[in-house]
Amino acid sequence: MNISVCKFSILLVAISLLAACRQGLETIVPSVQTSVPAEYIDSLEGMYLLNQGNMGTNKSTLDYLDFAQGIYNKNIFASRNPHVVGELGDVGNDMELYGSKLYAVINCSNYVEVMNADNACHQTQITVPNGRNIICHGGYVYVSSYAGPVNLDPNARRGIVVKIDTVSMQIVDSCLVGYQPDGMGICAGKLYVANSGGYRVPNYDRTVSVIDLDTFEEIRQIDVALNLNDVETDRYGRVYVSSRGDYYNNHSKIYIIDSSVDMVTDSIDVSCADMTVLGDSLYIVDSEFNYAIGMKSASYAIYNVVNRNLDTDNFISDGTQYSISMAYAIAVNPVTHCIYITDAKDFVTPGMLYCYSPQGKLMWKVITGDIPACMAFLKR
Amino acid sequence: MGPLRRILLLCVSVCAVSAEITFAETSFDESLEEIVVEASTLNQTIIPVQTLEGSKLKNLSSSSVADAVRYFSGVQIKDYGGIGGLKTIDVRSMGSHHVGVFYDGVEISNAQNGVVDLGRFTLDNMESISVFNGQKSSIFQSAADFASSSALYLQTRIPKFEQGRSFNLDAGFKAGSFDTYNPTVLWEQRLSSKVSMSLSAEYLYTSGKYKFRTARKDGYDTIQMRKNGDVNSIRAELGLYGQLDNSGNWSAKAYYYNSRRGYPGAVVRTEPGKFQHQDRQWDRNFFLQGQAVKQFSTWYSFQGKLKFSNDFLHYLNDPNQDISTMYIDNSYLQRQYYASVANLFEPFDWWKLSLSADCTYSTLWSDMNHFANPNRLTFLANAAWAFLWWKVKLQANLLYTFVKDRTDEGFAQASDKNRFSPSVTISYRPFDNVDLTLRAYYKDIFRMPTLNDLYYTFIGNVNLKPETTRQFNLGAVYCADFYSGVFRHLQLTADAYYNQVDNKIIAMPGSNQFRWSMTNIGNVRIKGVDANMSADWLFGNVNVNTGFSYTYQKAQDFTDKSSPWYGGQIPYIPLHSLSVLVGADWKDFGLNYSFVYTGERYESVANIPENYAQPWYTHDVSMYYNWSLEKCTLRFAADVNNIFNQQYEVVQCYPMPGTNFKIKLNIML
Repeated sequence: MNISVCKFSILLVAISLLAACRQGLETIVPSVQTSVPAEYIDSLEGMYLLNQGNMGTNKSTLDYLDFAQGIYNKNIFASRNPHVVGELGDVGNDMELYGSKLYAVINCSNYVEVMNADNACHQTQITVPNGRNIICHGGYVYVSSYAGPVNLDPNARRGIVVKIDTVSMQIVDSCLVGYQPDGMGICAGKLYVANSGGYRVPNYDRTVSVIDLDTFEEIRQIDVALNLNDVETDRYGRVYVSSRGDYYNNHSKIYIIDSSVDMVTDSIDVSCADMTVLGDSLYIVDSEFNYAIGMKSASYAIYNVVNRNLDTDNFISDGTQYSISMAYAIAVNPVTHCIYITDAKDFVTPGMLYCYSPQGKLMWKVITGDIPACMAFLKR
Repeated sequence: MGPLRRILLLCVSVCAVSAEITFAETSFDESLEEIVVEASTLNQTIIPVQTLEGSKLKNLSSSSVADAVRYFSGVQIKDYGGIGGLKTIDVRSMGSHHVGVFYDGVEISNAQNGVVDLGRFTLDNMESISVFNGQKSSIFQSAADFASSSALYLQTRIPKFEQGRSFNLDAGFKAGSFDTYNPTVLWEQRLSSKVSMSLSAEYLYTSGKYKFRTARKDGYDTIQMRKNGDVNSIRAELGLYGQLDNSGNWSAKAYYYNSRRGYPGAVVRTEPGKFQHQDRQWDRNFFLQGQAVKQFSTWYSFQGKLKFSNDFLHYLNDPNQDISTMYIDNSYLQRQYYASVANLFEPFDWWKLSLSADCTYSTLWSDMNHFANPNRLTFLANAAWAFLWWKVKLQANLLYTFVKDRTDEGFAQASDKNRFSPSVTISYRPFDNVDLTLRAYYKDIFRMPTLNDLYYTFIGNVNLKPETTRQFNLGAVYCADFYSGVFRHLQLTADAYYNQVDNKIIAMPGSNQFRWSMTNIGNVRIKGVDANMSADWLFGNVNVNTGFSYTYQKAQDFTDKSSPWYGGQIPYIPLHSLSVLVGADWKDFGLNYSFVYTGERYESVANIPENYAQPWYTHDVSMYYNWSLEKCTLRFAADVNNIFNQQYEVVQCYPMPGTNFKIKLNIML
């Protein structure tokens, strides 16, 4: 009895110690490739997709879709930049391709990651605390940030927009705007900044700050609606600003500012999580949650900016919209007019990228990183 | 009728560490050995229980209750690292909210968020720690003891005096890594032949600073420093313990805890040194509790409990300190009033009945915007039966729960909840001369949505249903004692179980990342095996005790059939985990070795390489020497934890400390 128990325990301990071994250092997660239908496009090489990753998980990742090869490369940053400590960082909020560089605003890592546009190799990083959105114009990169100067009332801390020189990669100027600025758009030499006031619930901000790009000073604030989010512009001098609403009685909605008078002239009664303009069409997606009714509603709309009407409130024609649980971002291929919609799912598992034909038929879908948030097309 | 026999009568199956009962039958002058004899009826427990007590607990190289419960099978600790980091317990993967935590017999409830930080309870004055699957297998207990899926009982030391002594004094000082200083004092005084007092107090300071390495194969390799993890805390407890003739006892306790601490935050990529987490938290916890048990006749006993608690929390995130953050300055105050009665009727040797009722009133106040300031009335009533028939013991109970919430005017409130929850436990001892017991239980219970789940500004959802668990357990216990030779005692237990968690309360995003909402959508199925072996040995005059525990858990998420991750292993639950404990005593020396292994896990239900977490395992060693002098005893102890300096994370982005040490000096009068 004694001996057998003794043997048994030694065996168990030995097995456990053997089973226990770690494989040395953690490995860098390799990129995973998925085939999608290939399509050679004259002027476009591919599309980058930035995944936010949930806050505090350091799981922002970058994916790349190669059009001609028909390959979706998931999570390319870590394997291409093995010596960058901490990979891409925490919460990748926005991204823009400009010149030969790819700029990604990594919100909770407090910087803008600057990569080579061709291969996503790390070039440099620019400190921007609590950076939100990005837009590029005239040799400069503009980044909105919640972290303006701290004053006596910590609840009334305004945000800023910083101006980064793309040659020196230094911040050359900054401009004070409203509370918690998010989306930006450029129209008629002016930068329109949507102020959300998201830290001041229920006293949301209601304004769009207008910055003169020559002087880089705020020239006026336009009262629009509460909790503003995204800004898009069309070729007729109009600025589209989405309001998130307050998730109770004030619904999400889109407001139109005429840049010649800087006044709200019209609105579109469609709720909006993300929107994008291509040609004369404003594409809108949303999955809005209403606390009052405890229900979600989705919209997939196209608004015609010329005749100012909704072309459709559901451009998905094959009924596949029901498989999208959380429409989060939209991009439209400028050449093929294919529509890309991301689905953030439950925000803690990988999302999905859906590719729709211009007629609204699902062509393919692919698994992305966590919370696919932003897309950018790489020109040849 | 000897004390042992009486206990056996008191309830058919004696629970392991029911201090009330053990204490009731033990006068102050009885020595420790006698208590141990009674405690060995633990083997008779018909619900799986694991206990660490007495010297085994004292000799562990652990600083908090959280460190000690890692050695139990079926238990996972979520540990955010360092002395100040949040540490919560999850038993058999049903979730932290389903574990009732009882301090000296009365539940520590947190109506606000439903979880208890075990890092705050030191082992300094702890007598025993037990984890019960299902519930404590006694029928004579409060309704609250029946009301959770599993239970953790923390029992502090009850004064014990050696022959001819009327007081004990134990002053200690600990110091170690992370700039930790921890003076403690325990004073026990006999006040009269029937009443004694205990005062326990400690102060703890730690800077919480430690280095950690993050590295990737063929990639980056860097060493960083964990900062803003400092803790300053004091704890003071005053207890009174009394005897009621020879048939009952009472106790009362006042508890005070006050701390201020920093949160080091998640380790994410940032520019080194530029931004540091600066968020601060202040806690003040106070409670008063009292209880009495009395056997009025051979067929009737009564137990009553009362508690009042007041918990204050202040959290500050100040952009003056860290410009990148949002300003948050919120305070929360929870008050709770609790009363409980339990009655035991013993009409026959083979049939007992217990009727108990509990009433709790909790309030929560906060200065947050748009806060509903909810309060909650909970009423529990329970009937429990115990039968003894041939070689079979059967316990069954039915718990009724009524919950009523109220909120400030203008806020929605959850509807009243009424529920009946049954459980059945059966054990069978097939042989007269072999101490082998087969056992099985079924339990159906739920947890109420916490006040945060229902009413937290924006996130809360008043339409939530309770989250239910159903447990099926089948197991066996084998014990053997030997009175000569090297091998002295053996206990083997093995249990296989299947748990179902339905209507799991999960935070789901609303229309963007800022607005989440609580929903009832989750379903989890858990298949598991717990196995434990403990053995005592005697080599000459060296006492050796060994313990081994192993856990297998397949805990799968079956929430959404259309999801590609349907059936994935739920976050942070390893398939395999195990622990080894070896302790040896020789004269006044003692040595203790422990090993904890947690297998590979995933940080999300998407079991993909991005979410893979490597196994981790730590080796800890502690030793002590008791030096008996004429008037006092000095005890020197030293601990070394994580000897091989493994760099690991229990929770993603929260690195754990590498090798760390501690020395302890106690003077006992």
